[in-house]
Amino acid sequence: MSVSVMGAELRLVAPGEAIGAASGVRAGTGALIQGSEIIATRLGWVQQLNGVLSVDPVNAAYMPRSGDLVIGVVESVRNNLWFADVNGPFNGLLPMSLAPWKVEFGAAREQMDVGDVMLARVQEVDEAHNVVLTMKGVGLRRLKEGVMSKISMNLISRLRGENDQTLRALKEASDCRIIVAENGRVWVDGGPEGTAFMRKVIDLLREQGHMANFSQSLETMMNDAPGGVA
Amino acid sequence: MGGYGDIQLLRDDGLRLDGRKVDEMREVEIEAGILPAADGSAWVKHGLNIAVCAVYGPMEAHPRKIQRQDRAVIDVRYNMAPFSTSDRIRPGFNRRSREISKVTAEALESVVLVERYPRSKIRVEIEILAAEAGTRCVGLTAAAVALADAGIPMRDMIVGVAAGKIEGTVVLDLDKAEDNYGQADLPMGILPTTGEIAFLQMDGDLSVEEFNTCLEYNMKAAKEIHAIQIDALKRRYEQKMGGGV
Repeated sequence: MSVSVMGAELRLVAPGEAIGAASGVRAGTGALIQGSEIIATRLGWVQQLNGVLSVDPVNAAYMPRSGDLVIGVVESVRNNLWFADVNGPFNGLLPMSLAPWKVEFGAAREQMDVGDVMLARVQEVDEAHNVVLTMKGVGLRRLKEGVMSKISMNLISRLRGENDQTLRALKEASDCRIIVAENGRVWVDGGPEGTAFMRKVIDLLREQGHMANFSQSLETMMNDAPGGVA
Repeated sequence: MGGYGDIQLLRDDGLRLDGRKVDEMREVEIEAGILPAADGSAWVKHGLNIAVCAVYGPMEAHPRKIQRQDRAVIDVRYNMAPFSTSDRIRPGFNRRSREISKVTAEALESVVLVERYPRSKIRVEIEILAAEAGTRCVGLTAAAVALADAGIPMRDMIVGVAAGKIEGTVVLDLDKAEDNYGQADLPMGILPTTGEIAFLQMDGDLSVEEFNTCLEYNMKAAKEIHAIQIDALKRRYEQKMGGGV
């Protein structure tokens, strides 16, 4: 399927390509003002929303922003803090003061050790890209069981659907608890059948997530789901 | 004439040994996203040259002494495979590959928006699988496609092209014989949309007029290769259309 068939608003552009005049509009993410024109800085689809011209990249690294819900894997433990891999360029830091437990100095390992998985929120990101995580909040916890998989950043919205519709339907169809974190990690916890079904869904998403007929393929798959809900 | 006056590089009909016109470049083919493990990758065939490039990152720069507080560093590793030429190349870094890695990194730094990723490193690995003159240009072309494929923000693409002089005539895109026995070689890294030059080296002597002709040929070739780069990037997602939700 070509770009033109899908409609004028979906234009695939490459870095350096002019996407519009700079007068009257602002340059959003993936765009840059150069002279009198706005140019794309990334490979992606052009979007115009509320006077902001931006490029929705087809492939991008996760850049943490404060407030993001992330799934982190503990990479190292110090006496009173944890370092977690959050799928970005830098490790997230979880200090004892923002952890949900009270442990003695030097006993951090007893609560969470290297390789353990946590559900956390990004507390703040400074200009040098230091990431501070927090586990104080509703639902934030150590993920003790379940399956974690990774999807690319641009597929997150596809898996969630509009107002989380797709995600809700999937939860019902698979009878699993599912968390789609902002950093491209998906956590699934449930029975073996539901987990296997979700694995198939994520494989489908990876292969066909970009295609226009993804929703239809997903619907067909959901009809055969263990929960049997379409 | 040049230092090798007895070697004929231009045929009597004015064409070059491989039948190209003086301002004609070799055939270029590009594929994007060929390596599943890399964040971005590209394969470029330019004449008989074949280059593969993989991009990883941005990631935390290690060791810490190479970190820059205000921008990302680009770590380029250009390497020729031992089997890329008729004489086996001893594997590993040598003086030539170190130099090319350095100049390629500097050329890429002028297009990548490095200030977006302080303290990080972007790893660019260029592997030359087959070499037939002009591999630094092919590597640069491949690196630009791989960086765009990895979703790294860039001001523009960058294209590596070379022109030179054989038998007193300026020609575009030297092949192996022309490179070895010609009089001059002028590889350039060009930002195709703005026409800026991010990288320039010269081997041999050129008069101002000859230099200007080289520049003109290179600019023309850069536009052509740029179109192929963009096509390769877009082709990858063409059948995967839909975007958004």
